[in-house]
Amino acid sequence: MSLNVKKDAIIIKDVTHTYKTETGLLPVIKNLTMSIPENGFTAVVGPSGCGKSTLTKLISGLLQPDEGEVYLSGVKITTPRPTVGMAFQNPVLLEWRSIIKNVMLPLEIVPNKLNLQQKEQRAKQLLSLVGLEGFEEKRPSELSGGMRQRASLCRALVHKPKVLILDEPFGALDAFTREDLWQVMHNLRKEEPFTGILITHDLRESIFLADEVIVLSGRPASKQFFVKLPKSKTPKLDSLYTSKSIDMLKTLRKQIEIAQSQQEQNK
Amino acid sequence: MRHFLVPLYAIIIFLIFWELLVWVNDWPNYKMASPSDIWPAFWKFKVLFFQYGWDTLWRTVVGLFIAVICGVFLGMIMGFSKVLREAIYPLLVGFNAIPKATVVPIIALMFVGQHDLNTVLIAFMISFFPIAVSVSIGLSTLEPEYRDILRSLGASKSLIFWKIALPKTLPEFFGALKVAVTLAFIGTNLMEIVSPHGRGLGALFDSGKTNSDYPLMFAVLIALALLGIGLYYVVVVLEKIFAGWAERSTD
Repeated sequence: MSLNVKKDAIIIKDVTHTYKTETGLLPVIKNLTMSIPENGFTAVVGPSGCGKSTLTKLISGLLQPDEGEVYLSGVKITTPRPTVGMAFQNPVLLEWRSIIKNVMLPLEIVPNKLNLQQKEQRAKQLLSLVGLEGFEEKRPSELSGGMRQRASLCRALVHKPKVLILDEPFGALDAFTREDLWQVMHNLRKEEPFTGILITHDLRESIFLADEVIVLSGRPASKQFFVKLPKSKTPKLDSLYTSKSIDMLKTLRKQIEIAQSQQEQNK
Repeated sequence: MRHFLVPLYAIIIFLIFWELLVWVNDWPNYKMASPSDIWPAFWKFKVLFFQYGWDTLWRTVVGLFIAVICGVFLGMIMGFSKVLREAIYPLLVGFNAIPKATVVPIIALMFVGQHDLNTVLIAFMISFFPIAVSVSIGLSTLEPEYRDILRSLGASKSLIFWKIALPKTLPEFFGALKVAVTLAFIGTNLMEIVSPHGRGLGALFDSGKTNSDYPLMFAVLIALALLGIGLYYVVVVLEKIFAGWAERSTD
């Protein structure tokens, strides 16, 4: 795959990263190269503890790679940038703020020209897009886990980031709530274009949401397998149960097993 | 209205029970003064009660205020830096383990004659520990994701402190402040009782002792209890205003 610095929104070029621990050096990512085109959505799957979360930190600029470079929209990343939005498995909403004030938080930090009313309007628009209208003034503790995660997605998108980084955002939700939120993600993508990277352990989630799936090898992570998925304009959950999808899941499952056994050997 | 009446009835029942207890046992007032002895004792010295009550109150509040500033500062240092926490913690625990009653004569000698300063100092010393510990624990247990959410947007450290770390620590802080209020009163009174020619409710208590005016001693205890209740509820109100979000609704 060739890297196109102008066209691709996220480029990870030959990145190697090592943690220093008390027992010595722990290489987590090795010679990883990947790219995500503008408005593309890529899922990254791999064995537990293979360095996926480190990858999100490298893209968001919270960590600097030991070797290699990370580019967002052609700009090399050396520090965190306000063009990034993030959502984690833990929705990390601030309990002392109402839902709408939580969603507005990034607008208090990222430089912008919006006045308070416009900020509220923007937050309300997103909240209604994810089905949370009427909950603006509620406290996070009054909402269910799925609703909190919806609010967390709104916060990640409120400042119109170019890049959305999702680190297992649906990992702690029950299966049906998770499927609801997959639909929400599709809605959001349609209404609020962004380039996305989704870290997940759920293979069904990866093929339902993403345009491309990357399987990372066991630690230290590098790209082991890559697949481009055919996309329909109106994705339905039924599509996960077609023979094509099942074959795809089997292929990915096989790749994960290879990565897992490799990680075992490296231990 | 219920919130006001229920505690009021409880207090009245308590006073009646107290009065009966003394009456049934026929205790002399040097063993146990009854509520009906206390009121005349208070009335006799009412001017002193208000003057000295005010002395005790402002010293306690100033001591607490300094404790809050120093406690929050120490807590911030320990909450943000692991190395400094490891360095300061044993010192702090050791200092706190010293009974403050033993420090009272030392301080009294150190600043002879400066009665106000001495008293405020003891109130401060006895009450800053819980505040420092709670703030440091609140800050050091802040989940990294909370920090990352703001850091990934390019927020500065001080912005992260004001927007997230500080508000998140407030419930723990107010919990500690409630403990500190009671402790500060103990500190103030320790010094007031010990200081010769002192002022404050502690001094009034001491003069009751020297003059064998036992009802006066009991009246001082009641006055201290009232001040304690008052200051405690001031903290409760502040907590409601600044950290009311941490309260789960019970219905």
